[in-house]
Formats: sequence, structure tokens, C-alpha cells
Amino acid sequence: MASVTINVHEVTRVEGHGNIVVRAKDGAVEECRLDIIESPRFFEAMVRGRKYTDINFITSRICGICAVGHCTASLQATERAMGVTVSEQTQELRKLNFYGEQLQSHILHEYFLVAPDFFKAGSVIPLASSHPEVVKRALSLKKLANEMCCLIGGRHVMPVSLVVGGFTRVPTKKELMDLRAKLVAAGPDIDETVKLFATLQMPDFKRRTEYISLTHPKEYAFIEGDIKSSVTGVVKPMDYQKVVREKIVRHSTSKHTYSNRDQVPVDNRQVREELADADERFLPVSPQVLVAEEPALRESYMVGALARFNNNHKQLHPKAKKAAADLKLSAPCHNPFMINAAQIVETVHCYEESLSLLKQFAVGDVKDEPIDVRPRAGRGVGACDVPRGILFHDYTYDDSGTLTAANLVIPTGQNLANIEQDIRAFVPQIIDRPQDEVRLMLEMLVRAYDPCISCSVHMLDVKFV
Amino acid sequence: MKPRLAFFSFACCEGCQLQVLNCEDELLPLLGAVDIVNFREAMTEKSEDYDIAFVEGSITRESEIQRLKEIREQAKVLVALGACSCTGGLNMLKNFQPLEEVRRVVYGDKAEWFDTIPTRGADQVVKVDYYVRGCPISKKEFLEVAKSLLLGKKPNIPTYPVCVQCKLAENICVFDKGMVCMGPVTRAGCDPMCPSFGNKCIGCRGLIDNPNVNAEKDVLKERGLTVDDVLREFRLFAGYSEAAK
Repeated sequence: MASVTINVHEVTRVEGHGNIVVRAKDGAVEECRLDIIESPRFFEAMVRGRKYTDINFITSRICGICAVGHCTASLQATERAMGVTVSEQTQELRKLNFYGEQLQSHILHEYFLVAPDFFKAGSVIPLASSHPEVVKRALSLKKLANEMCCLIGGRHVMPVSLVVGGFTRVPTKKELMDLRAKLVAAGPDIDETVKLFATLQMPDFKRRTEYISLTHPKEYAFIEGDIKSSVTGVVKPMDYQKVVREKIVRHSTSKHTYSNRDQVPVDNRQVREELADADERFLPVSPQVLVAEEPALRESYMVGALARFNNNHKQLHPKAKKAAADLKLSAPCHNPFMINAAQIVETVHCYEESLSLLKQFAVGDVKDEPIDVRPRAGRGVGACDVPRGILFHDYTYDDSGTLTAANLVIPTGQNLANIEQDIRAFVPQIIDRPQDEVRLMLEMLVRAYDPCISCSVHMLDVKFV
Repeated sequence: MKPRLAFFSFACCEGCQLQVLNCEDELLPLLGAVDIVNFREAMTEKSEDYDIAFVEGSITRESEIQRLKEIREQAKVLVALGACSCTGGLNMLKNFQPLEEVRRVVYGDKAEWFDTIPTRGADQVVKVDYYVRGCPISKKEFLEVAKSLLLGKKPNIPTYPVCVQCKLAENICVFDKGMVCMGPVTRAGCDPMCPSFGNKCIGCRGLIDNPNVNAEKDVLKERGLTVDDVLREFRLFAGYSEAAK
């Protein structure tokens, strides 16, 4: 059995700064860490004492790629704290904006950050010469997704027109219909995307874990719903701390999370029902053995596209389900490399759902709805499933609408412990390969999770003194 | 030989680098004119051999001061990319509270595991040759600066406030809608993004060279803001300035 030492300083083609550190001797892993060295920015210091109208503009700046996600969750938290209900039109426009960001993020991740590994390239730049049609298609789809966000929010990175209670500007009907025409024209590019990624062979690795995502009775949930765990069931957003517990870890400026299992009873019958119609080939253990595995499951969990797929795949658009079949993705899937496949499936889903939403906008007019919000004291939790996983913004306000306390739980932060567990389980399986290959496989594993490291470095945990 | 470009990021959200990647139409032509030798977010190859360095993010740790100095040594031209780098950006808000308290509030009794120093922009550590301002940067301005660098000429950056662009765009003045706006003292160059979408300017591009700060503060107070409120407005993106103290 071999030994290997891997030290990847600042993993490339991920957002943010992280190091992979692995030391294995005679087949056993002695040290295994994903060091998060991203500089903390102390967002909680920034929002303390600021008015409710400022908060989403500040928290958007947590992340460039998921700015819309943070903005939306932030607004939800404030609105829930103050008992503000938004109109159906506002909710639909926010959803369209959200789909735009999902598309933009997944396309950026899969084509620019992940695909180069499968083409043995260091980046998308050499692919511009060797596979120009692929790169042009990626840029075209990305541009369209950005246009969606620009139309609704002003720009994708740091939306401008999304405010508590609604919008400062709504798109005109003509603008929405122009967008719809462009989306329709992009259909072939979406099909080609599925075809391309169906040819990429994902490494074969399985490790069972807990999957946490948003869930909603009427749709594949992204923007609103309750919190679903594949093991413990459903809780309301306000009760997120029953499911999520944060802890500070020395080698990471981002807090890790683990399941707060003592507080939510495990219902094996529910799990058995879930597993009942799953594909037998992908079940590594039987439901009876599940109970014995509990302690290991409690150490970490997964959020993001694969978690959403595993929890809610039945609610996918039919074309997305077909894409999943083409990509050989079926639930439950325990291979983290298949997060890539799940993101392509969601790309199809968000594309189709955007078309449906725009079809609804074709009927009637887009209304100018004045904002009417009266600040009041309260606490609210916004929960959205952004491209990388479920995100919580938890705010408390005083009577004057000033923020007094806040907590954020970021999707990538929730994945960090799971990534480490995966690396720990994966290394012994590949340890006999050449060192360079081991290094590449570990980088690909981290990349598959689509980590957004700047986001995850702990943001808001204010205990107002 | 094509100029060699390198992108670096410190304490930031990487939104400005994403904006660079968002120049979808211009990306391929730009790649034809330059060699990108270092861009952690998008490519695996790394090189310490570059001519032009784009630096995003604020300096918030001792190790970052050291790294930025190394980059300045190597680069012939250093461009500060985005508000965090140009002026310290939003990250400056941390500086207005006692640092020890800030650290304790986030990391509790583990605070000493994670080091941090008061936030500063790049030009408080090294000489910066050009600035691409905003939070995030404007794609148009980035391309203007990139093109100018390649042509060896000075980029054309506005020295007038946002109000000028608002008037040209025929926007309804945000003040007339009952909001308050930092436009009168903020550098134009963003089109203007926020007022064109019905919202106020939050000053993300930093103050113009000779801002009429006193007049702006008077106007804000006339609109009912307290001194604390006015300072909050200035501290959001102009935390580096005298006006925010």
C-alpha cells in the first residue's frame, strides 16, 4: 500500500482561496484537511446598526457569483421579520432573476471551471482554439443568463432594483418578451450542453451522506419552501437551527456545520419509503443498516444541486428528467462527482421553467407596484437554495427598523465537512495511482462541489451587546 | 510579445473578476491580444512572470501586505480592480468598530486563531497605476482601461459626479422621489447604473476628486437624516475619506 502527501496551495478553478492538505501512509489517511484561508471580512460588523433598507445591498457583496441568491434570502429575512408580504408579480420576477443566476452559475461552473479537466486543459483558454464551438456556446449561454438578471435586477453582480417589498423598477412587457424570444432561440445550445456533458465520464466514487435542501409542495424548490433533510424530514425555515449546528474549526476561517441530530427525531420509516422507489443499483446499504451508520452520518451533510436532486427529483420538469436519464443520474445518488450532472439537469430545468414563467408574463401587463413597507421589530429567517446549496439569513430588527442581530449559514460552509469526509474516504481508493493523478482527482472532487469560498467565510453572527 | 496579464484577489467577493468574465463578447478578442498567465479563479497555470497585474480585494491581513508588495515588485503596471482594492470598499465598515470586539463577535473565544488588521485599499500599501472603480466594476470601464493599457494611452475616466450622467440619461432625480442619494459627490462612470433602475446611488465608485461634501451633508440633513445617518451613508463606500470620520 502506498503513501502520498498532497499539498495543493490555493486550488484553482474554484471561487475563493482554499488549500487541500492530505497525508496518507501505508494506505491509511493520517491528515486530511480543506484549509480555508480566505480572509474574513466580518460582515456582521458591517450590518450592525444599519437600517433595514441597506441590508440586502450589503449582504449581496458577500459574493459575486451568488449575489442574487444572497439578495433574495436577505430580503426574505427582512420581510418575514416585519410581516411584509410581496405581490405575486414580485415573487415571479424574483424567481425569474433567481433562475437567471442558477443558469449563469451552473454554466460558468460546468463549462469554465469543471470541463477543462475532462479536456486535459488548465483552463477554458486553450479550448477556445481546440473546441471553439464549445467555448462560443458557453459564452453565449452565459451572456443570455446574465441578460436575464440584468433585465430584472439592473445587473447580475450586485442587483440594484431589488428592495424590501418589491422592485424600484420592473421590466416592461416588451423587454420580457424580447428575452423570451432569445431564450427560445437558445434551445439547441441547451440540448448540446446535455449531449456534451453526457460524454464526460465522472470518476466512480460513492459515499452515503445526508442531503439537505429546500422543499416545496408545488415546485422544485429554489426560492421558497421548508427545509428538507433526506434523513430527518422537514422543518420550517425559522427552525433551521434544529437541523444546522455551526462550529469553529481551526484550519478554516469558515465555520463548519453538522447536523443537529439530537433535536430532530430520526424516522426510519420515512427513510425506508424514500428509498423504496430508488434505483437498487445505487443503494450501497439497506435501510436496516442505516441505523448503525447514524454516528458517521451525523458528522457532515451535503447541500447543493445533488442534494436538491436527491430530495426533490420527482418535481423536475420532464425535459430535466430526461436529461438526468441521459446523464445516467438517478436518485438517490451518492457520488459527489455527479453534482456536475445534477447542475446540468438543473440548467435544463431552470431554462424550461423560465420559458414557462415568461409565457405567463405574456398575458396581461407588468404593473408598477409602489413599495409600502412599515418597519417594525421582529425576527425573520430567509431560506433560499442558491446554486451551491441552501442559504439562511436570520435577522432581528428593533422598532426603528435597525438590525440588531444576524446569523448567516452559507451553503459552501455547510459542505466543507462533507468534502473533507469525501477526501478521507476517496484517498485510500486512489492511493496507488501516480501522485499527479491523485492530486488532480482530489482537485476535481473539490471542484465538483462548486465551492464558493469567499461566501463561506463566516459572515454574520451578531450577539448584540 | 503579447503583454502578460495576471489577476489577483485579496479580501473580496471576486465579483469584479466575475465581471471581467462577464465581458462575453470581448473575451475572445481580448484573449487574442494578451497572455493571461495567472488567474486562479479561471485557470490552473500560475506564473510569477507578468507585466500587468489586476488586483481585486482589500488588504486585511499582514500576509496580504507582503503579497501585494511582491506583486508590485514584479508588475510594470498595477491596476486596482474594484472598490475593495481602490478604496477599501465595503470592507472598511469593520474599521469603525473596535477590532477586538469585531473579532470576538464572529469567532468568540477562538478569535485569536484568525488574524485581521484594519482594512485598507491597495494604494495604502503600494503605488497603484490605474483604478477601475465601482462595486462591482463596470464592464465598459474595465474594457476602456484594458484597451488603453494595450494602446499605451491614459484611460478616459470621468472626473465629474454621477448627477451629470443621470441628467444625460433623463432619469427622474432620486431626491425628487423622496430618497437620498450619494450621486452629487460620487464619481460618474457607471452609466449611471442604480438611478437608471429607480434606486439611489450608494457611492460605490468613491468620491470625486474635489467633492462638495459639506453641501451634500447639508442636503442629506435637510431630508431628515441625523448626523449618524449621514455618516453611515459616507462610510458605506467612502470609509477611507475625511468625510466619513
